[in-house]
Amino acid sequence: MSDTYETPDGRTIGGKVLEMRNITLRFGGVVAIKDISFDIREGEIRAIIGPNGAGKSSMLNVINGFYHPQEGEIWFHGEKRKPMKPYQIAQQGIARTFQNIALFKGMSTLDNIMTGRFNQMKTNLLSQMLWKGPAEREEVENREIVEKVIDFLEIQAIRKTPVGALPYGLQKRVELGRALAARPKLLLLDEPMAGMNVEEKEDMSRFILDVNDEFGTTIALIEHDMGVVMDISDRVVVMDYGRKIGDGTPDEVRNNQDVIDAYLGVDHG
Amino acid sequence: MFDQFLYGTEAAINGLMTGVMYSLVALGFVLIFKASGIFNYAQGVMALFGALTLVGIQSGQVPFAHLINALFGTNVHHFGWELPAILAILLAVGVMILFAWMVERFLLKHLVNQEPIILFMATIGLAYFMEGVGDLMWGSDIKKIDMPIPQGINNAIDSATYDWFGYGFYIDNLDITAAIISVILVVALTIFSQYSTTGRALRAVADDHQAALSVGISLRKIWVIVWSIAGFIALVAGVMWGAKSGVQFSLSLITLKALPVLMLGGFTSIPGAIIGGMVIGVGEKVFEFVVSSSWFGDAMGFTMNATENWFAYVLALVFLVFRPQGLFGDKIIERV
Repeated sequence: MSDTYETPDGRTIGGKVLEMRNITLRFGGVVAIKDISFDIREGEIRAIIGPNGAGKSSMLNVINGFYHPQEGEIWFHGEKRKPMKPYQIAQQGIARTFQNIALFKGMSTLDNIMTGRFNQMKTNLLSQMLWKGPAEREEVENREIVEKVIDFLEIQAIRKTPVGALPYGLQKRVELGRALAARPKLLLLDEPMAGMNVEEKEDMSRFILDVNDEFGTTIALIEHDMGVVMDISDRVVVMDYGRKIGDGTPDEVRNNQDVIDAYLGVDHG
Repeated sequence: MFDQFLYGTEAAINGLMTGVMYSLVALGFVLIFKASGIFNYAQGVMALFGALTLVGIQSGQVPFAHLINALFGTNVHHFGWELPAILAILLAVGVMILFAWMVERFLLKHLVNQEPIILFMATIGLAYFMEGVGDLMWGSDIKKIDMPIPQGINNAIDSATYDWFGYGFYIDNLDITAAIISVILVVALTIFSQYSTTGRALRAVADDHQAALSVGISLRKIWVIVWSIAGFIALVAGVMWGAKSGVQFSLSLITLKALPVLMLGGFTSIPGAIIGGMVIGVGEKVFEFVVSSSWFGDAMGFTMNATENWFAYVLALVFLVFRPQGLFGDKIIERV
């Protein structure tokens, strides 16, 4: 594939943001990811799909630094990435959401999304204690960005509500908001629509497409709902038992025999 | 009967002041427990260590003097200066921050993701280690704190109450000062944790480690900050208690007084630690007053003394039975 490509709907996808090269991840004797390579390109929506236990979430955890692969290289913006702590990777501009919502339950929606700005807030502890001056200015600036995110996700009504008290669908949205607030270069979404009803799924799909469209954010997502995946993603990686069995546009993947076998089951006999 | 009521009121007010001092110790516990889930047994020793360090620095004591003298055959004990109080306080705060950094570097870092009981054991080890270091550094003699803290009976209150009721209340200036400082500390801490970036990060870490990491918060940095704040509070508590009864090694036992306060107020609530301390302080003084009085003896046929030794624990036990999460703690709900 050349350096850029055009999507059917006319967007131009740029160069490689992230490249995984021959990644292998083991937990003791269990191989969670086996020799997988793929890339994620500037401005695209990249889906990772596969049956349960295929290693999709492990792959996301490798990208965001919770897991460190035993073999393989990760290239981010054309540079080989050294082994890093998750918070350092977040500082590099990779934000994520979690399969089982990891919000700060005791904090309000606003505070939760404000934590997303943590990396961009640089005043030191001392000036924060004094509050006036740089710390206050910084707080106001970042607050404006957060308010935009809140407007964008249409969650103004729950700004002050502790997120633990919110229904599931809204919590998912707040979590997306927290990731968005960081203005990430790469946004990782782990099953953003799991457990949602049709209407909530439509909302979430729209938000994902809008994020990509308005901010040009590169997105990698894991999702089980095939309809959604095929609708919103530009390219799809298919995993099964820790291996990559397919990679391409939704149409290519849909007609890939290995993928069909993995999903429908095949007699290995 | 009215004078009995007056004596009781005086006891309650004194209890309130003592209770606030308990709260100071409990506050350090709550901070660390919230941010890292560690029950820090060493909080009391930190108070002792802080007070020792402050006195040592201020009076120009040479740290590890005995060790140095034994090793090099020298005979140094004092630098021969007296530092001004404010400078000594700043240096002592510096030492507590250094201590927090060392705890993170040499202890917590290696115990990430361990069971709470293991972390608890580690803090017990830390407590005794610090007691030893404190002894080695500053010596084990009882020291007097020379800080510009007002002490002795508050004459204004004494004369005012005498004018009103014909009986002057004995309220110690030190207790009043301690109460005021505690209130300021609590208000400052609450504002800091509610409205600053770092405060928000502290709460985030307390809530969910993984999520905190994913937004770019370094757990280790936060832990150093939390332990520094807890160290600072311990220093304040140590100085207040030290001013009351001299800086001596039994100071570390105030940990045990903070325990019932935590059970009452809840392990995760800053206001809980304050209110819990006050309830216990007032409760034990008033209870002692009632059960040791002659009219109680007349009515019941017996009196009790020295109830302050156990009252707090019994009260905490009762609370454990009926409200295990404490007055303000988060209710523990496990979904199944």
